[in-house]
Amino acid sequence: MEGLLTYEFLQRAFIAGIFVAVACAFLSVFLILKRDSMIGHGLAHVTFAGVALGLFLNILPLATALGVAVLTALLIMRIKERAGLYGDTAIAIFSSVGFAVGILFATLAQSMNVNIFAYLFGEILAIELLEVWISIGLAGVIIGTMIFHFRKFMYITFDRESARVSGIKVRSLETLLTVLTAVTVVLAMKLVGIILVSALIVIPGAAGLQVATHFKQALFLSVIVAVSSVVGGMLIAFYLDFPASGTIVLFSFFLFGIFYFFRKEKRML
Amino acid sequence: MASTANDSQVMIQVKDVWFNYGRGPVLKEVSFDIRHGDFLAIIGPNGSGKTTLLKVILGLLKPSRGRIQIMGKDLNEFSQWQKIGYVPQKATHIDPSFPVSAREVVSMGLLSSKKSSRMNKEEEKSYIQRALRMVGMEEVKNRRIGMLSGGQQQRIFIARAIVNQPHILFLDEPTTGVDAETQGHFYDMLGYINKKQEITVVLITHEIGILNKHVNRVACLNQRLTYHGSHAEFCQSKTFKKWLAEGHHVISHQH
Repeated sequence: MEGLLTYEFLQRAFIAGIFVAVACAFLSVFLILKRDSMIGHGLAHVTFAGVALGLFLNILPLATALGVAVLTALLIMRIKERAGLYGDTAIAIFSSVGFAVGILFATLAQSMNVNIFAYLFGEILAIELLEVWISIGLAGVIIGTMIFHFRKFMYITFDRESARVSGIKVRSLETLLTVLTAVTVVLAMKLVGIILVSALIVIPGAAGLQVATHFKQALFLSVIVAVSSVVGGMLIAFYLDFPASGTIVLFSFFLFGIFYFFRKEKRML
Repeated sequence: MASTANDSQVMIQVKDVWFNYGRGPVLKEVSFDIRHGDFLAIIGPNGSGKTTLLKVILGLLKPSRGRIQIMGKDLNEFSQWQKIGYVPQKATHIDPSFPVSAREVVSMGLLSSKKSSRMNKEEEKSYIQRALRMVGMEEVKNRRIGMLSGGQQQRIFIARAIVNQPHILFLDEPTTGVDAETQGHFYDMLGYINKKQEITVVLITHEIGILNKHVNRVACLNQRLTYHGSHAEFCQSKTFKKWLAEGHHVISHQH
């Protein structure tokens, strides 16, 4: 543990990682229960286009990725409503198109291959101070918003129609949730990389839902799994010299396995 | 029906409502009123437009023609949704693994109330307790909703709909998948809510068997409104006799 106190880069990674993990954990439960867990995967691919655009234009890739991810998330939502596409068809379309655009920009900016790999596979240990502050700020906003609207999000996730009848602004809240998801995906990208970002958006909630009998319990367990995955994964990666992103995801899967093992008890309650 | 000063007050006014999903009209020229204290059963065969009518009244679907007024206000101007309680058709088809307790489900009903944001935990608890007591479900409040029987789930959804002490309660096919004995108790509970709590009840069903001592108004819908009047008159009407001749069963709940 000495290294934690000694190395500034590790401190930065832990602080940013824990904030982003909590944001992922909150969203995770809602997205899974809304049958929308693939949106993280789709938006991560689209984010690749945003990162490549930033690198191509030589501006902060985090900013362009945020813009592209939020716009695409809103577009996916609108197309799902208007075009009446089945399930996650819109996500699948934008996921492929986003990645294709990313490849195009990446090829145009030939000198940036090293940077692109950092975004594809994550590089939390190389996170810069500015990115730490952006991550903390945005993750803080996401966590605060989720806590503030928690009960309304729970209602629209459980019974959208009744929530509408009771006068809740369902569409506005769904748009808000979509934007928060896009921002979270971009933040998590720095942690585990574009390829593995959906794991951090899905596995914590999936683990919590294995055993939770109440909604708050599901959120709490999801947070525990996400934070443990990030902290545990980074510690293992640091001491065993493993890549941080893969270790975080594998450790979260290990935790999911433990929760899955104890899921039988839930059926009895 | 308990007589009150508000008995003649029109709660809902449906005027010449038409609706179509783009392949011919599902509702044609539907007009009727719902008055304070009514226990109205809207009956009709499958596909007759009952659920569509309810969704139009509640603003979930926009009519292609016509006008809805709730408590004297046009639907698009109406904002007091806490006065409306709603139990949707799919209430008994919930995901059994959804991690939400019966108590959490009832608490969702308070979110429509503007006063809920000012409520402290104790007040909120007392509202929830009261609603659970009214439907006889206090003992299961901490259990996961998916682990309750269909009848118990339905009572919890009614508790959610009445937790705000609404003026009107809408129920869409509430006894689907519930056994006959439970149905009897269920309608008695609705009768109690209607009479003792003075909540107007509007019930949608394809089962003519729900016509029991608690229902005082009947509307028959088959795209058009074929009958609208008192329960007693309905039982003497040609519409009722035609329905019986078509093989619809009447389960009497006259206790």
